[in-house]
Amino acid sequence: MYTPTLPIEDLASAEPSKCSVAANLDSVRRIGTRLVALAAFLGLWELASTNKIHFVVNFAHVPPPSVVAASAADFAQAPKSLRHIASSAQRVAIGFGLALLTAVPLGLLIGRSRLIEDMIMTPLEVLRPIPGVAWIPLAILMFPTAEQSMIFICFLGAIFPILLSTIHGVDSLDRRLIYAAQSLGAGTWPIFREVVLPGAMPSIVTGLTIGMGTCWFLVVTAEMISGQFGVGYFTWESYTMQKYPDIIVGMLVIGVLGMTSSALIRFLGKRLTPWQQNEER
Amino acid sequence: MSQGAIALENVTLTFGEGQNAVTALKSLSLTLRPGDFLSVLGPSGCGKSSLINTVAGFQKAQTGEVRVDGEPVSRPGPDRGVVFQQPTLFPWKLVRENVDFGLKFRNVPRPQRSQMIDDILQKVGLSEFGRHYPAQLSGGMQQRVGLARVLVNKPRVMLMDEPFSSLDAQTRLMMQELLLQVWTEYGMTVLFVTHDIDEAIFLGSRLAVLTRRPGRLKALFDITLPRPRTIDTLVSKDFVTLKRTCVDLLREEMVGIPASTDIRRRHPRGGHDQVLVESADLAAWETAHQPASAYEQNPR
Repeated sequence: MYTPTLPIEDLASAEPSKCSVAANLDSVRRIGTRLVALAAFLGLWELASTNKIHFVVNFAHVPPPSVVAASAADFAQAPKSLRHIASSAQRVAIGFGLALLTAVPLGLLIGRSRLIEDMIMTPLEVLRPIPGVAWIPLAILMFPTAEQSMIFICFLGAIFPILLSTIHGVDSLDRRLIYAAQSLGAGTWPIFREVVLPGAMPSIVTGLTIGMGTCWFLVVTAEMISGQFGVGYFTWESYTMQKYPDIIVGMLVIGVLGMTSSALIRFLGKRLTPWQQNEER
Repeated sequence: MSQGAIALENVTLTFGEGQNAVTALKSLSLTLRPGDFLSVLGPSGCGKSSLINTVAGFQKAQTGEVRVDGEPVSRPGPDRGVVFQQPTLFPWKLVRENVDFGLKFRNVPRPQRSQMIDDILQKVGLSEFGRHYPAQLSGGMQQRVGLARVLVNKPRVMLMDEPFSSLDAQTRLMMQELLLQVWTEYGMTVLFVTHDIDEAIFLGSRLAVLTRRPGRLKALFDITLPRPRTIDTLVSKDFVTLKRTCVDLLREEMVGIPASTDIRRRHPRGGHDQVLVESADLAAWETAHQPASAYEQNPR
């Protein structure tokens, strides 16, 4: 490879050290700013709650962060807590898993075959705009147990984002890649497995991320309506039992579970698309 | 090598229907002998790529027939390797896996495949990059992998659709020399479409010029410039004369200006680069050169 040997190099080698020190200082300053901002937010909340401020928003019944922290510690030790978390996680996992197993093959087929697209997409287009929450009453009627209906709701939440992004991934696949595969002697099934599926994979991963978010949103809602365990149920029960600090504990747990599952999807996504690592960021 | 004959007979290719129908190729007949290197020149949008796509089997001609070694082309196949304008490597496969793709479907045993990949990667100078993803390579290197992926299958026919047009001048020259070297060694038939006149003359053993859309055959030459062709070829007198001819033919198609001089007069039959307009098109060609045109009678 040709590398220019010009005085530019001296400039280039002189710059980085100065730059990296400045960059380090800058990042330390930014972390500091963030911590101060977080502390200020918690402080203001504490003040608003202890002084029972009532200006548009009523803080009279909002427990202060100090009380919430205590409740969170109790939650962490209570034997039932794990059961709540496990119930919700299990519903999401089963519903999401079923959606994944249905949506990806279906999306690949719809993306590749006009006939299947015409047969399947029309009823799906009718169902798609209906929010998952609107399904809850019917879901309860349709399934013998509350557990099954909640899993079904999760499934509904995840299936559309995954399906649509799979179809999009197949549609946006460079046609010439399929031509290239054909002219190298690949038949229909190898093209599906080795060209269409990996080609659509980045888009599928995006769909999984969105689907996982919808899944948590819906499981929490469904649990508030029916069920005896689950973080959504815990949060709603805390409201009805007037254990207000637990409402916020429940909210925080939902947040952490959502974050963890997105991180899991991101990890899975990176494993599924190793060739993209250099392109991203 | 008696394999790799391509015959296009009266091929017409149309896209769309009704008012929006566009005819890309019209009654095109063309024959490539085994081992020919036919460069195809034509104004942009004249159906050069369609020609490749039809022989490759990606598109089906409405009328006429394409035959390779006597067998009608109905779909893509590994006997006709295609190199596209942009490298169409599978981004999710390593360089080695890309090259392996075609071998896998030919049931070549695994150890033998590995050896073949090593050999071909060495030939295109990418031995050290087998474990890289395409995105980690430069455009020229990617195109070399594209070439290797086709060559490893030892196709009878290679179809190349402006394969070097997106490369910088130096890389392009290197790729052209590499291509000629492999062609000399393997002796496959090459159909090479380009809009670059220099490239067409430099590479080809024959040269076809297409008319503007709908693409018909305008002229067919033998290029008898000595081989091996080098940078010196590019400045030789014969090369420049041929180039002048091509420029004239193309300009005529691009802006509708008749050629400034009668091509046949400048290159009399029996010369090194005789104009061999095929009989089917000779009439059309003659018509285009009627001195009835006011422009030609009163040149500025």
